[in-house]
Amino acid sequence: MLIKKPHRWQLPERAVTSKADFLNRRQIMATVGALGLAGLAGCGAAEESVAQAGTGRPLSGALPFRATDYQVADESTPYEAVTGYNNFYEFGVGKDDPARYASAMTTDPWSIEIEGHATRTGRFALEDVVDFSALEERIYRLRCVEAWSMVIPWIGIPLGAVLRQFEPTSDARYVQFITYQDAGEMRGTRSAVLDWPYKEGLRMDEAMNELAFLAVGLYGEVLPNQNGAPIRLVVPWKYGYKSIKSIVKIRFVSDEPETSWKRSAPREYGFYSNVNPNRAHPRWSQASERVIGAGPFARRETEMFNGYGPEVAGLYAGMDLIENH
Amino acid sequence: MAKNAVLRSFAKDWLKPLTFWALALPGLWLGWQWGLLLSGAPHDLGFNPIEKTHRFLGDTALRILLISLAVTPFRDLTRWLPIMKVRRRIGLAAFWYAAAHLVAYLGLDLYLAAGMSLTGMWAGLWEDVVKRIYITLGMTAFILLIPLALTSFNAMVRRLGARAWQNLHYSVYPLAVIACLHYGFMVKGNQLGPWIHGGILALLLAYRAGVWIRSRMKPQPVASTS
Repeated sequence: MLIKKPHRWQLPERAVTSKADFLNRRQIMATVGALGLAGLAGCGAAEESVAQAGTGRPLSGALPFRATDYQVADESTPYEAVTGYNNFYEFGVGKDDPARYASAMTTDPWSIEIEGHATRTGRFALEDVVDFSALEERIYRLRCVEAWSMVIPWIGIPLGAVLRQFEPTSDARYVQFITYQDAGEMRGTRSAVLDWPYKEGLRMDEAMNELAFLAVGLYGEVLPNQNGAPIRLVVPWKYGYKSIKSIVKIRFVSDEPETSWKRSAPREYGFYSNVNPNRAHPRWSQASERVIGAGPFARRETEMFNGYGPEVAGLYAGMDLIENH
Repeated sequence: MAKNAVLRSFAKDWLKPLTFWALALPGLWLGWQWGLLLSGAPHDLGFNPIEKTHRFLGDTALRILLISLAVTPFRDLTRWLPIMKVRRRIGLAAFWYAAAHLVAYLGLDLYLAAGMSLTGMWAGLWEDVVKRIYITLGMTAFILLIPLALTSFNAMVRRLGARAWQNLHYSVYPLAVIACLHYGFMVKGNQLGPWIHGGILALLLAYRAGVWIRSRMKPQPVASTS
């Protein structure tokens, strides 16, 4: 007898918004948008995606994707909060700076440089790195080190599948990611808040974990610039700053790579940065978190590995996670 | 001169109430925004209203404190003496915003994080003071503000005597430095905000150091023996 054990995060069928309702909501939103923005022009295709000729990568609007059972039991954070309350210091340190200034960033054309211990290295167009016909949706909780959290429906592709394309060799024990840098387009990088460009990294087995994800969209649409367009990392069991945005370089390396926040303040930010309510950060208690978009007083207890322990705890067997924070 | 008459009447009838309302304005704005938020209306507190409240109250307290330290240099530069009549009320406003900053942190952060337990709130405060340098600094600055606020009334100035009062209130200088450090240790990375506020404070302190050095270099009048 086949007993299909659902994934831990899988919602019961009854809790899932029906596609009809979901599409209906989108229809309503599109109509609202059309009435508000283009009522006179009779624009009925507000949701239609705009693709660049030749490449097939949508540059705005809806993305094709399939649903998955990666869900969170809580409601997703409203779109306005997900795209209006961001930490992307390249555009300024205020939470609304990214939404205000990130539109200056050019995200097309976009290429990613692959370096280090891999068979296939060099510069690749984003369209050649990510198969835009194989996108999936995953709803993950994002826990910021500043003790707040959101629930975000990402659209993207598993990181492991992307990395395997480059055939990393056995010397590739870590992978480093580097963010785009352009002082003209990123006004925040004109002051030395951090040592630009922004860098992050994962151990190879972490990168290959099923949860590690590269997002190119959210809420069914192309990633807004302030959320790290056109491609960003999402590692939901780690503090948000590990989920590096607007990636232009991926390096396969043999030693633990430099990461921006650890370099800035090693006592506060470690390489691993796993969400851990038991390790008090020198700035914030990490025991609980504010829930953004759920009313001003909403809080929840922070979970070890942000609730993803069953999937990732094995990566750290035998490690002291206070020491290796 | 007519201009002087206008200035005199402004100083006499308008300076104090205008200063009062200018100092109250940030608080009124914040209260109004919370009223909008709680009634479900559009507001300007953003997606993390508690965080915004902390930053707003802290910024306001520190900026008013810096303004209170700018009063004396302003008097020296403009020779407009009436400005001294509002110095204490500006300093007192810094105390009230700092107190509101502390109450917001206790009530909206620690009390809620402790599951609305007062004991948990005080335990959380102690943990923060011990473990988090920016909280240690912030609490120190606030505690140093208390005696200054308590002695900012005419009756207390008279009771202490001008000299003792002045000596006590010199503690505003180290206190302001600690408040700027509190800000600097609070932000992530190397941000401009604390450097700007700290730079303004450094100018205000340098001015006083200059005045002090000059007063020491002046030949002291020798008492005549004849």
